[in-house]
Amino acid sequence: MIWKEDVECASRAELRTLQSEYLKKLIPYIYHNCPVYQEKLKAAGVDPDSISSIDDIKRLPFTTKEDMRDNYPYGLFSAPQDQINEIHVSSGTTGNPTLVGYTREDLALWGDVMARTLCCAGAEPGDTIQIAYGYGLFTGGLGFHYGAIEMGLRVIPTSSGQTARQLKIMQDFKPRIIGCTPSYALYMAEEAKELGIDPRQGNWKIGIFGAEPWSNSMRQEIEDAWNMLATDVYGLSEIIGPGVAQECPHKDGLHIFSDVFFPEIIDPQTGDEVEPGQDGELVITTLTKQGIPLIRYRTRDIVSINYDVCQCGRTSPRISKIKGRTDDMIVVRGINVFPSQIEHVLVGIEGTQPHYQIVVDREAHKLDQVEVLVEVEPRFFSDEIKQLNELREKIRREIQAVLSVGVKVTLVEPKTIERSMGKSKRIVDKRTL
Amino acid sequence: MKITQISVFLENRKGRLYEVCSLLGSNDINIRALTVAETESFGVLRIVVDKSDEAVKVLRDNGFTANFTDVVAVEVGDRPGGLAAILKVFAENEVNVEYMYGFVEKHSDKALLVFRFENPDLAQKILAKHSISIVTAQEIEGL
Repeated sequence: MIWKEDVECASRAELRTLQSEYLKKLIPYIYHNCPVYQEKLKAAGVDPDSISSIDDIKRLPFTTKEDMRDNYPYGLFSAPQDQINEIHVSSGTTGNPTLVGYTREDLALWGDVMARTLCCAGAEPGDTIQIAYGYGLFTGGLGFHYGAIEMGLRVIPTSSGQTARQLKIMQDFKPRIIGCTPSYALYMAEEAKELGIDPRQGNWKIGIFGAEPWSNSMRQEIEDAWNMLATDVYGLSEIIGPGVAQECPHKDGLHIFSDVFFPEIIDPQTGDEVEPGQDGELVITTLTKQGIPLIRYRTRDIVSINYDVCQCGRTSPRISKIKGRTDDMIVVRGINVFPSQIEHVLVGIEGTQPHYQIVVDREAHKLDQVEVLVEVEPRFFSDEIKQLNELREKIRREIQAVLSVGVKVTLVEPKTIERSMGKSKRIVDKRTL
Repeated sequence: MKITQISVFLENRKGRLYEVCSLLGSNDINIRALTVAETESFGVLRIVVDKSDEAVKVLRDNGFTANFTDVVAVEVGDRPGGLAAILKVFAENEVNVEYMYGFVEKHSDKALLVFRFENPDLAQKILAKHSISIVTAQEIEGL
């Protein structure tokens, strides 16, 4: 079923009218309620009352991750804090994390777009969903939760981890739908086999996987392992969390809910829009959000967009799977990792920054592994193994505390880390997605 | 009197130990004593050579991490119980040994052992007090 057929199947003209109406209201709302944005709009020479259609969006300034960080915590909010009903926090690069806040209306919007997401993946009224995304400050768990409640599904909020229990719950309550990260889906298949459960006989028939990049070959692997339909969900906490875009069973791009999250694909260098089908940075304007509406937010995700009407009947444009990033962020088990976080730790321990490299791999049991190679320099080299091991353990503990992801630290000889233009290559992503 | 040991960081990779030895050999530096301590991913090579300053320079110039470490070389009677007699002195005086290893060659009828002490100064005092002879840097160079 299609949750909100009137907008999800609206004609291009109807959609444009709706988007234009929303933008005409949004810009004055932000201008009069958020001093930081007022300054930005003034600097760009934008009169808030001059917005007449969605095409005017090109005159508006971009919003970046740095803007969020620099104006932490409340600078970019348009609603006062007493109107905020829920907040979520995600880890930042260094220093400030990213804070987002939802008014009551925003939570209703989140429930609506997540209900659309679940239906888009193939959920039907009466279904049971097992939500194995983390509940808490991470938006994954609660976003799915609100959507499933809105849709009236039976919800099993298992959150992430405790694999044996996840599998028992699957067998006992027979949910047809599972939501988790794609690597966790593969990990659970391995664990199931270990426990003598044939994953192909499992109850999950539809998977809604996201929060980390994955490819069509990984999709094939998951579908073969579990005998299920594996679909991709896209979202980011700055925009709303999960519920920005979702694949339908035709698996030919992710339907972006463009009536509320207006997409543009730009050349990250020039800021100019690229042709449909061309790769570029996804930029999103939240047309109806109240708490912390964002104008032309640069997601740093590289995608292409397709405006053709889908076989499923939805007219919303479809974005491709994420093809890359404009920065050096990597996503590991749903958590954003920036090299600068690791630099920060190493500088804290050693006084200056040694050469290091982050190697991300997905092997054996299919969960992402992070290894940090650190070159041993004379100033912290010891002749005693004990001290070198202590150093390694200290680096490991501190990086782990900052990233909230388990890492392995390996000490290597100087100059073993590949340099390009004198700078060492910070990240090697060996994952076959 | 303390002598100088050179400690070299080694990854567990094929040929690394050979590369260090070959580098020292081609620079006419002679290894007097040697030991390797290893973990699952890296090792530390500890050597005593005739020309320490040169050795560290050559190693660092060639991309190795090498440092100086103060150690004490002790003459031990080359007979059953020779080492035990000395270790008994350390144990009774609470001198902690971090690690130790033997020399490549023999010095007259004595065995030479290299000790890395937690507190080298204290160890030297105790050794002197018990008239245990230690080997000087000059003697090492002349070996």
